[in-house]
Amino acid sequence: MDTLLDIENLWVKFPTRQGIFDAVRGVSFTLGRERLGIVGESGSGKSMTGRAILRLIRPPGMVEADHINLDGVDLLQKSEKAMREVRGERISMVMQDPKFSLNPVMTIGDQIIEAYRLHSTASKSEARTKALEMLEAVSIRNPERVMRAYPHEMSGGMGQRIMIAMMLIPNPEILIADEPTSALDVSVQRQVLDIMDKLVKERGMGLIFISHDLNLVADFCDRVLIMYAGRIVEVCDADKLHDAQHPYTRGLLNSLPRLDTPRDRLDVLTRDPAWSDTPSVSGRL
Amino acid sequence: MAERTLRQWLLTDTPTSRRHAKLSALYQGWLAFRSNTMAMVGLCILLALVLIAMAAPLLAPHDPFVQNLGNRLAPLGSEGHLLGTDSLGRDILSRLIYGARITLYIVALVALIAPVVGLLVGTVSGYVGGWVDIVLMRITDIFLAFPRLVLALAFVAALGAGIENAVIAISLTAWPPYARIARAETLTIRSSDYISAIKLQGAGGLRIITKHIWPLCISSLIVRVTLDMAGIILAAAGLGFLGLGAQPPSPEWGAMISEGRRFILDHWWVATMPGLAIFIVSLAFNLLGDGLRDVLDPKAGE
Amino acid sequence: MALTEGSGKGRERASLPPWIKTTALTIGSIAMTMLGLLFVTFIIGRVMPIDPVLAIVGERASQSTYDAVFLELGLDKPLVVQFGYYIWDVLHLDFGTSLLNARPVSEDIARVFPATLELATLGIVIGIVIGVPLGVIAAARKGSWIDQVARVLALVGYSMPIFWLGLMGLLIFYGILGWVGGPGRVGIFYVDVVPSVTGMILVDAALDGNWDVFKNAFSHIILPASLLGYFSLAYISRMTRSFMLEQLSAEYITTARVKGMSEWDVIWKHAFKNIRVQLITVIALSYANLLEGSVLTEIIFSWPGIGSYITTALLSADMNAVLGGTVVVGLIFILLNILSDLLYKVFDPRAK
Repeated sequence: MDTLLDIENLWVKFPTRQGIFDAVRGVSFTLGRERLGIVGESGSGKSMTGRAILRLIRPPGMVEADHINLDGVDLLQKSEKAMREVRGERISMVMQDPKFSLNPVMTIGDQIIEAYRLHSTASKSEARTKALEMLEAVSIRNPERVMRAYPHEMSGGMGQRIMIAMMLIPNPEILIADEPTSALDVSVQRQVLDIMDKLVKERGMGLIFISHDLNLVADFCDRVLIMYAGRIVEVCDADKLHDAQHPYTRGLLNSLPRLDTPRDRLDVLTRDPAWSDTPSVSGRL
Repeated sequence: MAERTLRQWLLTDTPTSRRHAKLSALYQGWLAFRSNTMAMVGLCILLALVLIAMAAPLLAPHDPFVQNLGNRLAPLGSEGHLLGTDSLGRDILSRLIYGARITLYIVALVALIAPVVGLLVGTVSGYVGGWVDIVLMRITDIFLAFPRLVLALAFVAALGAGIENAVIAISLTAWPPYARIARAETLTIRSSDYISAIKLQGAGGLRIITKHIWPLCISSLIVRVTLDMAGIILAAAGLGFLGLGAQPPSPEWGAMISEGRRFILDHWWVATMPGLAIFIVSLAFNLLGDGLRDVLDPKAGE
Repeated sequence: MALTEGSGKGRERASLPPWIKTTALTIGSIAMTMLGLLFVTFIIGRVMPIDPVLAIVGERASQSTYDAVFLELGLDKPLVVQFGYYIWDVLHLDFGTSLLNARPVSEDIARVFPATLELATLGIVIGIVIGVPLGVIAAARKGSWIDQVARVLALVGYSMPIFWLGLMGLLIFYGILGWVGGPGRVGIFYVDVVPSVTGMILVDAALDGNWDVFKNAFSHIILPASLLGYFSLAYISRMTRSFMLEQLSAEYITTARVKGMSEWDVIWKHAFKNIRVQLITVIALSYANLLEGSVLTEIIFSWPGIGSYITTALLSADMNAVLGGTVVVGLIFILLNILSDLLYKVFDPRAK
């Protein structure tokens, strides 16, 4: 499998009054044309990892790494201008809640067309046709009407599909999905995931799927990184997640109810301070 | 050693009594406030102003009312008159020192009247609701719709010029924002569970408003009052400048500017010095208000 | 039972198109506010220690003249009726006669108002042109030197007496440097040179093609207008900054960055679009404040506008003129509020 993204020793740091806070501490992994899950509790650094790849950490936050290679070129060495060519066009990201991630005062059409034209020389009408196609690809019925609508007129599920359409329209190689279904109704979660999965597969993209939902990730991804306190504590194949070894992963799994082995009382996760001190496990292939 | 233990006692995470928790919260607020240099500067200026006003007879080198027509419009740094003299030969520095009393007097009165009126109107409006709310808020809106200075002018015109009337006029135009704030706070507090709990214990409306709603409105009102102080000083000075506030020969700063205005091109210091005094004091209030807001109401600040 | 009745009423009301209800409510609340404004000025006029009859007929008039005027003014009627008369008069733009020059107050106001309008408008333009970009940049570069400068500018603006700053400006730019014209609207040789069409001397001079007058008038207006502009920019830049900070931390800004947009476009095409609506309200409010701030400024610069008019009237106890001026300024305040509400609805897709 060819490697799209290769990350070595990634750190994300924030200066605070009490000193420097390390949100991500020396994480390494690679991404091929696969669905890579990153799981962890809130504050484990999974979202920061996703944003650090796109260099979206705003000052005073800092991103450090030995390298973040995209096709062998280190993103950290790029100028901010060159980085803009990467964002959207090569690596894209879908965020948690379409209520907040779409601009409320621009029509959906304008926002999608803008995403396309930032990376192509297409005329407005070409971009429009393309946007309509894309909306159809994410199963939006009546795309003409949706193009003229504003985000607040959309339901959560539609919003997230629009977001996917917008992020995939420049045809990127990698999509980072940061909790893409957490804000949605359970009834539409699956539908959105299926659409995303289909498009990612068709286009041969790499997907980084960030979630706190172990079962979802086990179901949906190929490979899983489990993060705790800014480090990767375990790497495993998604279908073997339920046989995971690390006590943190085991603790997480045991704190979830399961239909096949019902229990009267769920375990409460007990944290071992040693977990956050052991060095990161490499997720490189 | 004793000091350290007091400090520890104040910074505890597990207060042992209500008073302990209160003092601890106060102390932590003070620590946060103290780290804000500009706010401390503001506080120091205001403390100095209070001291100057209290010790005015001791500090002032001359009687602020004694005229000396032989020595009119003496420049800065002339002998015995550090800031010069005005058109009647009165010592400007002494007049500024005595003027501090007037400024503090106006500010204190307005700060007592306007927020109390606002608090009353706002809490009653928010707590009682219904028609009372609609009527009171409509009245508030009407007062808000008026340009404040023009309304104050009209009031002073009706009541007659003078310090007390200026205070009343400024208070009349200053209360509506406090009523709005108090009402908004009341609405949130009113629907909270602990108010229902108190009601179940049989507390009446009056008790709930005075014992439970007012104390919680106070902190946001204090911030607002401090931030408004500068505006009050400027409004009072403006009325004084127009000849509608303090009357001569009172050394009110706005009126002093008005007197000095005639000589601005040739004897600039006569009007400049009282203006600087107004500027410094209202700047101090603004700095203090910003600092207080950061401590008491961190969400509102940016 | 009561419940069914209530919902029945609700259904009846719902049969009207919703916009009629909203419009009716809006008009109703505007009318209420205006009525309140008139009521306040009416009360002020009544509690005044000045006898309106004596003010007209003079101290030495006979009792019969006094009584005639007393009846003519309707002072024998109950207060409610008098208030009714008052509203009627105001609706006909009749604010009574000035006691000072015996001319209708409305004529006087029409004469002085354009001067204020010209001054305040130029002031707000300066405030917007500098204040908005300053606020946006201060937010985008939070903590940078330009943010500090904006902060200090605003703090000083909030703390300075406007009339004192005006005096200092006159002293420095007119008295010492001689860069600008002194008090008044034009130099003495340019008074009444161009025909008054709009009453705004810059516009009149431009219409007349008389650029000498224009230049001279500009040199006179620029200092007071900058002064007013400074005070509005202090407020506008502060508000712009805090609105922008709120928007820049929003998630759709991250979306725009993920798309690969330049920071400039992120700020102006995305974030700024979202604060336009709030800015309109702020600008309307600070324009209204400028009309008010012009009271003190006009006195300093001997500017013959409504502020000077009210103050002069006040000092000579010309109550009709004071109340007339107050009502006009108050009405403009209310109209500006309505205007900003309307624009809000036009610009915000969510408000529909």
